[in-house]
Amino acid sequence: MTIRCEIASQDRLVFEGEADIVVLPGVNGEMGVLPNHAPLLTTLNLGVIKVRHEGREEIFTVTGGLAEIQPDIVTILADAAEHVDEIDIARAEEARARAQELLEQGPPPEDLDRYLAIEAALKRSTLRLDAVRRYRSGRSRIPQREEPRGE
Amino acid sequence: MANAREVKQRIRSVKNIAQVTRALQAVSASRVRKAMDAMYHTRPYAHKAWQVLTHIAEQPDRELLHPLLTTRDEIRNVLVVMISSDRGLAGPYNTNILRATLRAFDETPAKVRYISVGRKGTELLYRRGKEIMADFSGLPAEPTFADISPIGRIAVEEFLSGNADEVYLMYTDFVNMVRQDPVKKKLLPLETESAEGLVQAEFANSRRVSAAYLYEPGEEEILDEIIPNFTRLQVFQAVLESFASEHAARMVAMQNATDNAGELAGLLQLEYNKARQLSITSDILDIVGGAEALAKSK
Repeated sequence: MTIRCEIASQDRLVFEGEADIVVLPGVNGEMGVLPNHAPLLTTLNLGVIKVRHEGREEIFTVTGGLAEIQPDIVTILADAAEHVDEIDIARAEEARARAQELLEQGPPPEDLDRYLAIEAALKRSTLRLDAVRRYRSGRSRIPQREEPRGE
Repeated sequence: MANAREVKQRIRSVKNIAQVTRALQAVSASRVRKAMDAMYHTRPYAHKAWQVLTHIAEQPDRELLHPLLTTRDEIRNVLVVMISSDRGLAGPYNTNILRATLRAFDETPAKVRYISVGRKGTELLYRRGKEIMADFSGLPAEPTFADISPIGRIAVEEFLSGNADEVYLMYTDFVNMVRQDPVKKKLLPLETESAEGLVQAEFANSRRVSAAYLYEPGEEEILDEIIPNFTRLQVFQAVLESFASEHAARMVAMQNATDNAGELAGLLQLEYNKARQLSITSDILDIVGGAEALAKSK
């Protein structure tokens, strides 16, 4: 028995397929979703989605969004989502360096929104780099793409 | 009949116009391809968001779930978001959406205010003395979600604050390259049954949920986030549809203009030939007449 999993980000369909278990970064902590789960709506934290099927595991980074769980399907509406093998390491490194530099200059007190935006950018790039480090080496069996796509 | 030189000048100007319209046609052809691409990329997300929303709307007591889902008893104020284009020369594109909008709201007893997207629409509404509360002109050619979301935010704020009891969206649905239809869509309060177009057709026979949802963190927090967000998404999708429609309409209009210019140039060429022949004939007559007069006088 499997559960269907669909991941869409705002600009494309990132993944669809069957899964034995889907692990999500829910607001109240990481949650594993098995087939026949009760209907549930949850917002997502910044984190990693794991889709396990027949011994292989697909890893996606997600920067927030929403998940709808039905007994036979998990629908994930992500703000931005990428497969771990699609992440552009150079770009993420660069984004992290830039954000760090800006943060070290200290928060401009009159512009809190901008400060928060930079902080969020730092969190996103850190998440991507962590995910690449932890999951990319051979644990996922999807061949790496020639051209990694951006957000 | 005009003289040959005047006709020649007109032929030249008609050919110049044809050159311009042909160039515009080529530009629109590449823009419409890009716009269609953008439209198709956001569709999976929009469809899935719609599906989730349909499930929410099927929950028991949906009216009590969230203020944005609640229909008001008395409709006194209506807000209309009308999407047109910044530039003209797009055939009937702008007049069609305006006509559809006026037809839909001129008879309404409620007070109607407009949010206009696109400079042409703003001008047309202004000329008819309509009340425009916001004008979003000069959007980028390939807008992102962040560019469009202020429009949806205003709509939600106006609805929640009670300044508007209903919010409608008027946009042009992209059917194909030669067909674009003005569409009226109710944005708020959210009613999944009233939605039209592609999205609904696809989910009309999707499976139903019977059980009520569990919500994490809480029902209110989730609905507070998803419903306004989905409203913005609908506006975004409508803008993308309208942009694709605009470019398609312009392409067709420019193609027609190019064809007409070619035809006109042909007719003028004929006229020019006639005028030229006429002037030669009369020249010859003059010469012959002169020669005869000379011969007689000898």
